[in-house]
Amino acid sequence: MSQSTLAVAEATTTEAPAPAAAEEGAAPATTEGTGAEGGHGGFPPMDAHTFPSQIFWLVIFFGLLYLLMSKLALPRMEAVLTKRHKAIESDLSKASALKHETEAAIRHYEKSLADARANAQGIATETRAKIAAEIEAERSALEKTLSAKLAEADARISATKAKAMQDVNEVAAETAAEIVSALTGAPVSKDQAARAIAGLKG
Amino acid sequence: MDPLAAKYIGAGIACIGMGGAGIGVGHIFGNFLAGALRNPAAAGAQFTNALIGAALAEGLGIFSLVVALLLLFAV
Amino acid sequence: MAQGIDPIHQFQLHDLAGPWNIAGHEISFTNSALFMGIAVALVTGTILAAAARGELVPGRLQSIGELWYEFVHNMVKNVLGHEGKAFFPLVFTIFSFVLVANMLGMFPYFFTVTSHVVITATLAVFVVALVVVVGIARHGLGWFKLFVPSGVPMVILPFISLIEVISFLSRPVSLGLRLFGNMLAGHIVLKVFAGFVVLLGSMGFGGIIGSIAPLGMAVALTALEFLVAFLQAFVFAILTCVYLNDALHTHH
Repeated sequence: MSQSTLAVAEATTTEAPAPAAAEEGAAPATTEGTGAEGGHGGFPPMDAHTFPSQIFWLVIFFGLLYLLMSKLALPRMEAVLTKRHKAIESDLSKASALKHETEAAIRHYEKSLADARANAQGIATETRAKIAAEIEAERSALEKTLSAKLAEADARISATKAKAMQDVNEVAAETAAEIVSALTGAPVSKDQAARAIAGLKG
Repeated sequence: MDPLAAKYIGAGIACIGMGGAGIGVGHIFGNFLAGALRNPAAAGAQFTNALIGAALAEGLGIFSLVVALLLLFAV
Repeated sequence: MAQGIDPIHQFQLHDLAGPWNIAGHEISFTNSALFMGIAVALVTGTILAAAARGELVPGRLQSIGELWYEFVHNMVKNVLGHEGKAFFPLVFTIFSFVLVANMLGMFPYFFTVTSHVVITATLAVFVVALVVVVGIARHGLGWFKLFVPSGVPMVILPFISLIEVISFLSRPVSLGLRLFGNMLAGHIVLKVFAGFVVLLGSMGFGGIIGSIAPLGMAVALTALEFLVAFLQAFVFAILTCVYLNDALHTHH
């Protein structure tokens, strides 16, 4: 630490002549005092002789920068940024439009799907009903014909049976008359025999 | 007293003022930090104000530094 | 040796062309003017190059330009609102000029334009004069109500007004001196610590060991100075906005 304090002391001593030089060195030619080594005239930032030059160039360069910025650079920068802004905005709106479109398409698709489903269901039920009706009709027709045939067959059977019964009776009466006449010798008419058989059966 | 010595003493005394600026700037940022820790959500919006306040407080310290520099080099 | 550690030498102006005179005033082209020109060229070149491609997805340079633009744009918009649009180029110019001038000063052997009180004071006086002109142009003489706060008892109103006027008049002083003082003090301190390193280094082995401390200090201070260089440009620009806000909106 003692070393650095020593350094401070030395640094300040080297500065010490400066104000003295400023006092005696009667400030002109300070701007030109470039070559003179130790002879910096006072404190440069406070040196009033450099003020006009600095203000002059500051006005020129600051004005130039302002003109360049306001007329040239910043509008271009703004154009770039607004271009990006617009591009993003249009992309976003395009995306949302596409999204809407997609949603509409999906809705449309779903609607037609439901329609088709309902349609198919209708057709199916209709077909089913039609087929059932057809089957019913066919069956009833078949049944009708069958029952008609059955009735006819029944009638035929009963007719045949009745005829057969009558034949049997006739045969029985004839046979009985023959037998009686053969046994008794008395002629028996066919009607008498038949009556007798009927009386037997009775 | 030697005028040169008086100048240097004056410059040194002028620099004491910078301590006040240091206290002020520390106060501002300390309070900003305390507030920021309580309500971190609002901290970002107020940082600019903290910087403005610090700059204003620091400016006063810079005044005393300039006075010191004037005493050292310009008077 | 004396030359090497003289912390003031860096602020010396040299004539690069001239001497020229206009109306008895010397306006030679100095190193200060040279670095102002470099700053103007750098700002213009960077922004123009950044905007030149105008790509939808920005590259590195374009990102820098857009960041720069948006930073100042947001600052103006936040403080001044929509009426501040007209002042955006001015604030951008002030911010960019001060920032680049400060940053150029961080290079060794480069001249720091903003370390001279004339430059900063001229900028500050220009800003405050603009505030007065714009304020009167916008609100007429009613703008002077700025100095008469409402809701103050009549008894102390003159004193309050006097204080307001003084505080307004101290604005250019504080605005200019703040930037000047920061840049000047930072560079002097940097130079002083660098001088310690040279001094100690010339003292033999022990000195070289001892010079590590000021060297580290100088490195840390350099980092701090970069921060200060940015912060002061930011503060200058935002105070410009705040002062212009007084000209645009007088109501408290």
